[in-house]
Parts: sequence; structure tokens; C-alpha cells
Amino acid sequence: MNDAIISVKNLNKTFKVPHEKQDTLKSRAVNIFSKKSYSKNAILKDINFDIKRGEFFGIVGKNGCGKSTLLKIIANIYQPTSGSLSVNGTIAPFLELGVGFNPELTGRENVFLSGIILGMSRKKIESLYDEIVDFAELREFMDQKLKNYSSGMQVRLAFSIAVRAESDVLLIDEVLAVGDAAFQKKCFDYFQKIKESDTTVCFVTHDMGSVLQFCDRALFIDKGEIAGIGKPEKISELYQLENLTTSKNVSKNNIVKSIAVFQENKKEDYILPNEFAELRIDTKIIKNKKFNIGIQIFNEKNIYCFGTNTRSANIDPFNLENGKIIFKFKPQLARGNYYINVTLVSKDNIEILEQHQQAATFRMKADTKVEGVVLLDHKWIIDKA
Amino acid sequence: MRITKHLVQRKISRFDLVKELAVTDFKIKYQGSLLGYAWSLAKPLAMFGVLYLVFTVFVRIGSGIQHYALYLLLGIVMWTYFTDLTNTAMRSVADKGEMMRKVYFPRITIVLSTSISATITLALNLVVVFIFMLLARIPVELTHILFIFVLIEYFILCLGISLLISAFFVKYRDIGHIWEVILQLLFYASAIIYPLTIVPVRYQKFILLSPITQIIQDSRYILVTKETVIPMNVLHFPYIFIPYIIPFVLLAVGMFYFNRAARNFAEEA
Repeated sequence: MNDAIISVKNLNKTFKVPHEKQDTLKSRAVNIFSKKSYSKNAILKDINFDIKRGEFFGIVGKNGCGKSTLLKIIANIYQPTSGSLSVNGTIAPFLELGVGFNPELTGRENVFLSGIILGMSRKKIESLYDEIVDFAELREFMDQKLKNYSSGMQVRLAFSIAVRAESDVLLIDEVLAVGDAAFQKKCFDYFQKIKESDTTVCFVTHDMGSVLQFCDRALFIDKGEIAGIGKPEKISELYQLENLTTSKNVSKNNIVKSIAVFQENKKEDYILPNEFAELRIDTKIIKNKKFNIGIQIFNEKNIYCFGTNTRSANIDPFNLENGKIIFKFKPQLARGNYYINVTLVSKDNIEILEQHQQAATFRMKADTKVEGVVLLDHKWIIDKA
Repeated sequence: MRITKHLVQRKISRFDLVKELAVTDFKIKYQGSLLGYAWSLAKPLAMFGVLYLVFTVFVRIGSGIQHYALYLLLGIVMWTYFTDLTNTAMRSVADKGEMMRKVYFPRITIVLSTSISATITLALNLVVVFIFMLLARIPVELTHILFIFVLIEYFILCLGISLLISAFFVKYRDIGHIWEVILQLLFYASAIIYPLTIVPVRYQKFILLSPITQIIQDSRYILVTKETVIPMNVLHFPYIFIPYIIPFVLLAVGMFYFNRAARNFAEEA
């Protein structure tokens, strides 16, 4: 029995990028005899996978890797250049919240407009109208124009409509990037609910936390090719290894929002050993809990290269609200990839509040060829006398 | 290569979508200006005022026709519909690029809804024409019902053209300027401001081959005065069918071309 609801076979997508943009008839006419010069930009290369009915399927990858293009092809917005895609059910045809919203119309009018664009019938929206408005908690604002809504209110209304567009497959593109914490919780609750139902979800993100939390299976796309497919834990590992020197979100617990390595004048994807780099740790509200923070740097052979913490630097345990902790360091390390572990320990050093393995990564490019682990400040002096 | 068609189409209530988009379009068009719809009526009325003055006082080419004022007004209202509809529909698909990249829906609904929105304006303008008809004491006749068939033909003509030029416009923005020139030519070639009777008989045939002239002349014949020259007066079998067939041919060609081009609208618009 074939229980695949979406099956993608040998799918390729190429965008033609004209070298000289010819979008007027005149330039076409003038250049009619000259050969058209295109550079072909292959966005997706030979993609093969199936999504099973009822699965919560994640698609992850870096910006520009082609994951959104893939979702657009599944949604029938873009056409594949070659290969096939078959969908054995109905698909909610939208990728983002608030599609079709018009700021000049009232909230009420927008519910109908957006709902119909998302594929609902007018009758159905009428029957769901009260439910939509109550879920969004916007009853007293429905006769106001949408342009007078705050962005949070717009998102609430949009989400409230979108979740009622029933279909076998739901496509979601980075929805969680919007809204405040309370709203995100609402989204997560909703996700949990559809995870338990038999709706199939295809979910594009680069937040590994939500992939680990929700997805049954995930697909990792790198530069338009499948770099891995399988259990979320496996994909998460692959993704972290691949995702060097770029910032990353960690959301296992509620304290740390993001951890990333920065360096001024950073060129390409490596950092330089003789300039200061910063490890930035953004934190959320911490209630009455003072803590110490420690970091450990490992290289790709899993050798423990360096470690320190706030206590050994004689910093008293602290707490902060929506703050930032910056660890400034001169990365005098040999060439290669490094991982940073971040640990938050309670003020009495007993309880581990949070631990982030391989929370951030960076790549070193040494100016000189040295071997070993560290890049010592060095020079040779040959005294012939 | 095999691309299985999506079942997604089935999920979308096209009728609701077209209706909702058309009503929204109409609402937005007249929102934010004090007199709203009255402004869209001001344009044809102002044009009518000037032309009426020119052709009855200065040049006097209209004096031979019974109810020339109405004859002229109806022509201008009908012509305004054509320019309005084709101009807005031409840009409609390209303007919806952002939305098309976020949600799938049948692209043809965009053109359909702008066409319907323009038709609502026409209907309101025609109400004004009917008021003038009552004032001019033109008796209401059963044959006036035939006007509905003329309107249907007109809608088909406009839709066919709109499908072609809106799909073209996504690729070649030049069509915007070209269409402006074509509209100007059609305006003078279509016997809107002058009675066909002042044109030598041997040229009347050619002018009446154009469905726009045929539609406007037939409307005038049905609603205003039987002195209007219509295709039946000057065209013979089989040529008489040409102006009536063109709209359907244009619609078929337009649909075919539009649907083929629509696959790539999201990328190109």
C-alpha cells in the first residue's frame, strides 16, 4: 500500500537569469538576432522524497538553499522545470499568514476576503466567523480598518483564519518568526493539536528547536540538494555540523534565546585569529533566578580546547531581563571548525539550569599553516652569530 | 516528465473568489474620496459635455440625429467602459505578483474580478443614461431587453482582450504604452463621437466590422434611435457575422494564451 500523500520524484527547478534584463518589446526587437544569454540558476537539483499521510514533516536548510522554492512548488505556485510531483489530497494553498489582507478594509471584511482566498467558501466563513473573532480576541475591533490594527493584532487575526482553512496538507513557511511569546505559545499549542490529528504538515523552518519538538521526519536541503532525510535528531545533528559560523537559535529551555559568534570585519565564513570575536548570548526573562554561565570550546576532533565561566572571572551570580551576555575573546586557534557549549548553572553551582551542546559554531582560518590545537603568537629567530 | 495536476483546484470556490475580489476592487477604488463613485461618473459626463457643445454648437454634425445628446452620452459611457476595463485588467495580474507568490488560486480570477468590478461601474453609469432617457421621453419598449445581449457580447470582447494584454503585460511592460495608442486609434475609428452617416457609405462597412463600433451602434439602435446605422444596414452575408464572431474568437484565444502563460506568472510578475 502506498500511503504517500505527497511524492516528489527527480524534481529540478531552474530559474533563468537573463544577463541583460529584456522586459520591453523594444529591447527584444533590437536584440532579436543576438543570441539570448541566460545564466541558469539551479535552485533544486534532483529532489526525491515522499511525505506520508499524517506526518509532520520538516524542511530545513540555510537561507537561499531552495527550501521555500520547494514549498512553493508543492503549493502549485511555481512549476517544476522537470521531474514530477504528485499530491494525493487537498492542499491548503497558502504559505504565509495574512495573504490577501487589505489595509483599507475592516477586520470583518478582511476575514471574508482572506478566508475566500485561502479556499474557504463564504458560507463556511459565515458559520466560523464568531469562532475566528473570539480566537483572535478582537471582537471589538472588527469594524475598524485593518490599517489601524497593530501588527500583533493582524497576525492574530491572520492565524485565526489560517488554522480554519481545512485541508489534508498544511504548508507552513516560518510562521513562528512572527508574534510575541504569548502568540507563539498559541501557535505551538495549535501545532500540538494538529500533530495529534491526521493532518499532514509540511513545515519549512530553520529553528531546530521546533523541528525536534514537532516533526516526525525532516529533510535537510543544502545548496539545492538533499543533504539528509530522516529522524529529526539526525537531521538536527547534520544541520548543526553544516551550519558553521552562522548564528543559531536554541530554545530547549526558556532562558537562552540565541547564541551566535560575531566578528567585526568578518569576511567569508571564517573568523580571524588576531582580532577579537564575540560570543553573544541573548536571554529572555529570568524570574528571581541568579546564575553563572560557562562556555567550553571544542574542535572538530572533539578535543576540549578552552573553557571558562563567570565565577572564575569573579563575577557574582546575576540575572537579567531580555538581556545580552557577551563573551569577548581573541580566537587564537588553529584552522578548522569549533563548537561552543554553553552552560547555565544556578548561583550555588549545584543545579544545571540549561545546557546547550554545540550551541554555536565557527570556522577558523589561520594566517599561517600551523598544526595542533592553538595558534600561539610566534615568530622564528635564527641567530647565526 | 509527468506532472500530476493538483487537486487543490477543487478546494477553491471560484465563484466566491471572483465575487469577493470584484467587490473589494470596487470598494477600494471609490474609497477615500469624498464623492466616491460620483468621480467615475464625472469623467464620462465631462467628456460628454464638451463633445456635445462642440458637435451641436460649433460643428453641428449631430444635429441630424434624433436625441443626439443621448446618442452621444451612451456612446461615451460604453467607450469609457472599454478603456476602463482593459486598462485596469491589463495591470491587474502584474500588480498581484506578491499575492501570487504566497498562495495558489486560479490566476484567471484576477482578470475576471477586475472585469466585473468595471462592469459594476458601467451598470451604475447606465442607470444615469436611463434617467436621461426618461427625461428625453423615450418610451420603454420590449426590444430594449436586447440590450442585455449586446452587453454580454461586450463583456466577452473586453474579457478576451484583457486576458491577452494582461498576460502580455507581465512579460512586456511596453504593452501599456502600445495599448494607449491603440485605444486612441479605436476611439476615432469607432464612430463614438460622430454619426456613421457622415462617413462615405463604402467606408461604413469597414468601420462596422469592428465589434466595438457594432456594439455601440447596436446599443444606440436598441435604446436611443432607429436612425442609427447598424451592421444589418450595410454588411451582407457572410460579412455580417464578422463583428459578432470576433469577441468569441478573442475570448477563446485569450483563454488559451492566458492559461498557458499563467503557469509562470508567480515567477515573472
